Amino acid sequence: MPKLHIETTINGEAAEFLCEPHTTLLDALRNNVGLTGVKEGCATGDCGACSVMFDGRLTCACLVLAAEAEGRAVETVEGVAKPGRLHPVQQKLLEHAGLQCGVCTPGIVVAAKALLEKNPDPSEREVRFGLAGNLCRCTGYDKIVRAVMDAAATLRA
Amino acid sequence: MQKSFEAPRSLADAVATLAKHGAAARVLAGGTDLLVQMRSGARKPAVVVDVKRIPELTAISLDAMGATIGAAVCGDELAQHAELTALWPGLFEAAALIGSKQVQGRASIGGNLCNSSPAADTTPVLIVDEARCILAGPSGRREIAAEQFNTGPGRNVLAQDELLVALFLPRPAARTADAYLRLIPRTEMDIAVVGAGVRLTLAADGTCSAARVALGAVGPTAFIVPEAGAALVGKKIDDASLAAAAAAASAAARPIDDKRGTIAYRKHVAGVLTRRAARIAADRAAARA
Repeated sequence: MPKLHIETTINGEAAEFLCEPHTTLLDALRNNVGLTGVKEGCATGDCGACSVMFDGRLTCACLVLAAEAEGRAVETVEGVAKPGRLHPVQQKLLEHAGLQCGVCTPGIVVAAKALLEKNPDPSEREVRFGLAGNLCRCTGYDKIVRAVMDAAATLRA
Repeated sequence: MQKSFEAPRSLADAVATLAKHGAAARVLAGGTDLLVQMRSGARKPAVVVDVKRIPELTAISLDAMGATIGAAVCGDELAQHAELTALWPGLFEAAALIGSKQVQGRASIGGNLCNSSPAADTTPVLIVDEARCILAGPSGRREIAAEQFNTGPGRNVLAQDELLVALFLPRPAARTADAYLRLIPRTEMDIAVVGAGVRLTLAADGTCSAARVALGAVGPTAFIVPEAGAALVGKKIDDASLAAAAAAASAAARPIDDKRGTIAYRKHVAGVLTRRAARIAADRAAARA
């Protein structure tokens, strides 16, 4: 059957791609658009490695059909840093060594940024619950949480 | 294998699409159940019908009668609605327990109900809050109490060509509040082993004048426990009345043994959660005019 032609906005810029009706946004971003920041950790919405902002809401790209992106706005990790300047969440993850293999990191960046935009002064408990949808196999989360708390302080300063 | 994706812009178009495709079509709201089921092969719709472009499905309205929440409104949007969360804190806290922030950015109360899992978190609260389901089909609209919507695990009263449009929550009376608690093995991202929803009304003298208790995950559907509510009515909310309500809830729970818990454990926890949720609902009700 003919492919679907989707016109959407990705990281503030007009974008378009072809996809099948059953293609997820995760697969479309990686394979059809070439934005490989989203990672497939589980494809069932449990791990958060494919976290994106979809029409302003944090969600897993594996739980969105690419066809739904028509006329909507998608923000991925590739849009988080400004030219020449990392977002404090990214900078603090580096400073605190809050990553090892890095596969969960794009999802963590997107989710943590979204968390801090909603709650600029979270407690550690709120950070842990806020990032409950992001699994990390490597770090044990401690350095991630410290980095996010430090980024929050930086953003508040 | 999904062959097509439809995104009707009106309720009439959605109903026509569902009527046309019958069992081959499945409604898509947040997709947090459907896409997972499609991936595992549990469901294989040929046609996916995205209902999020239909105004009635994504609208929230609140008036003197109560609230009408579109079936596809996501939990995150609900959480941002200050008036709704103040009137129905139990429903809000149930929605906020579903999955993760990412899941809540998509998952809807309507979808939670229509997926008809016995362990759905928002169903016990919809029941105690006397929510009504507004359905639309080729012959028009009909309403059914949330209490009657689910008929078994994965089964509900929706006809093949019907969809859930919205949920109506009648405005609670004075000194009335709801609460929801659930037990999961981890701290988050898990499916309820037991869920308990309670709504209480307090009289001027502080005694309970009305009480509804519903349990989830301990039967083929969530269900109301009239004996647990009755144990509280006419009494002060204290250790004795709460213990009686808890005992009634434990007795009424009819769980199965499965990987999440044994029958004995779940019956016990049903009582514990009922007691705690009733205490929370009572404290909230007392704080209201």
